[in-house]
Amino acid sequence: MDEPTIDEVDGVVAPVIDLRDVGKRFESEPPVDALVDVNLKVQQGEWVAVVGPSGSGKSTLLNIIGCLDVHTSGSYRFDGIEVSDLTDKQRAGLRSRGIGFVFQSFHLLGQRSVIDNVMLADVYRKAPREDRRARADTALEQVGLSHRSQFLPTRLSGGERQRVAIARALMGSPRLLLCDEPTGNLDSTTTASVLDLMAALNLDGITIVMITHEADVANRAGRHVRITDGVLTEVA
Amino acid sequence: MARKHQNPTPLVAPSGMTTRDLANESVAGLFARPGRTALTVLGTVVGLAALVATLGLSRTAGNRIVGRFDELAATEIVISPKPSASSTSTAISTATSALPWDAPTRLLRLNGVAAVGNLSTLNVGSRLVASSPLSDPQNQTEFKLTVSAASPGLFDAVRADVRTGTLINAIHSDRNEKVAVLGPNAAERLGITRVDQLPAITIGDDLYLVIGILEGVARQPDLLGAVIIPEGTARQNFRLVSPGLVVVETNIGATSLITSQVALALRPDNPTSLKVVAPPEPQRVRDAVKNDLNLLFLILGGVSLLVGAIGIANVTLVSVIERTGEIGLRRALGASRRHVGQQFLLESTTIGFVGGVLGASLGTLVVVIVSAYQSWTPVLDPATPFLAPVVGALTGLVSGTYPAIRATRLTPVDALRSGT
Repeated sequence: MDEPTIDEVDGVVAPVIDLRDVGKRFESEPPVDALVDVNLKVQQGEWVAVVGPSGSGKSTLLNIIGCLDVHTSGSYRFDGIEVSDLTDKQRAGLRSRGIGFVFQSFHLLGQRSVIDNVMLADVYRKAPREDRRARADTALEQVGLSHRSQFLPTRLSGGERQRVAIARALMGSPRLLLCDEPTGNLDSTTTASVLDLMAALNLDGITIVMITHEADVANRAGRHVRITDGVLTEVA
Repeated sequence: MARKHQNPTPLVAPSGMTTRDLANESVAGLFARPGRTALTVLGTVVGLAALVATLGLSRTAGNRIVGRFDELAATEIVISPKPSASSTSTAISTATSALPWDAPTRLLRLNGVAAVGNLSTLNVGSRLVASSPLSDPQNQTEFKLTVSAASPGLFDAVRADVRTGTLINAIHSDRNEKVAVLGPNAAERLGITRVDQLPAITIGDDLYLVIGILEGVARQPDLLGAVIIPEGTARQNFRLVSPGLVVVETNIGATSLITSQVALALRPDNPTSLKVVAPPEPQRVRDAVKNDLNLLFLILGGVSLLVGAIGIANVTLVSVIERTGEIGLRRALGASRRHVGQQFLLESTTIGFVGGVLGASLGTLVVVIVSAYQSWTPVLDPATPFLAPVVGALTGLVSGTYPAIRATRLTPVDALRSGT
């Protein structure tokens, strides 16, 4: 995992996520403000759950935090780096090296084996191929799926698929694990199992930001924030 | 202001992809849907096989056609009086400007002449040709047919084949015998199919014995529908004053030389009174024939290839749409627009290349099989089978450009939202 950055002025460790008055306006007719002056700092090792009703701006916030989309106002620093100053290619590099994504619908390539899906995370890092398989094996071991490495995802259960997705996200030792409704397609038993895995990863020091609309799932996180009509508030 | 104090480049460095990874991902993309990939390749295979086969067959057929042309057209010379001379109405002027009766004898002395014959179309006026002395009111029994006079050597000069009977010889001509040889079309109209029963025809009131029926001629196709009588008979019965034209067959390669000599050999007193028609220069004709064939077949092959290219473009476009979720995932994992575009371009180029290799093989096989069936010598430009994969790859590259651009224009958010 990359060394955390240190704020040169304050001499303290820079937060992994630092959103200051971030806004996102979609220039539709009429314009829609999906996010309004969002302020959020997430330190390394935190597990933050973002909750809110459908259409409140959760996904927009996740897209901006994940550098998949750009904000239209305010400032967003990822690990001390001002994201709005980056080019499209640099944002792609940041996503590749700094952020691991876990999606509700897994987003696994159905015709590729489990190990190939995990190794896919390394393709855009120009990482050496020599130890790629070994690191993928380690990631699969972390999520308890070493014995399924040659399976096709179509032969796995929902929970196993999500574990593969988490292994893929862990492959590059990211600064942040960004989860979009990670248990949305899972039953309660499998949900508990996946959340246990995320808790273990968090205990290992991995920063997690998780979007969910399920209170039970959110309760597993150490910190909750709520977003309503694009406005973010801390939940005590 | 917050800055990274240690190792500031890793996170913000642009994402990258090795060539090997790009190749691996493209191949994996193709094998993800092997059935569809195979069908797409098939489109290119058909297009390029058609192109290679048509190029090969055009060359093979062109070679064959040119060979035949060389054999026939390039060895034929036709000599006739110039119209200004022959159209003179007075008997004296016609006699002085006409072709001599002994033209075959004179020309056979020239080295390089293979066969010579005189051929004249007779003016029979209103006389009709009939095969039956009886007039049947129900059926037509009298026909207006061309009546020609031939010297004995004409049949060799026009390469006539005999279906049945015999041909006119020097004795028939010298004795002014009333015999006739029928062209196959004339024989059919007259209802004569065999000569062993000594059938006879009438030309006007004169009776002629049919001694033979032609199967075909390689030159002077008018003879197919004509009644041919001996030259001597024509001189006596139709007052033929001179041969209408002289047909010469030369040895291959001797045509130019003979062409320059015939007028002087026939009319040393007035060589310019004769019109000598020789075949065009063989190389130019060969080139013209080849160019015509190549253009035709290239158009056919090009259309086939275009169909294949449209197939690749179509399937790649469908693939982009179907793989929107995958594109979103790859963008989330760090792929830039360029990486996504490169992968789709490489996939379509690979399809085109593989189609080119298979198409070239298939096309070559078709040329060989068709040539073997026709007993031809297969002729194929050696560069064609090797260029076909290049053309296929370029076709794939061009066909994949638009779908690849479509793929690069997808934003990660939209791609992730619309695909799984």
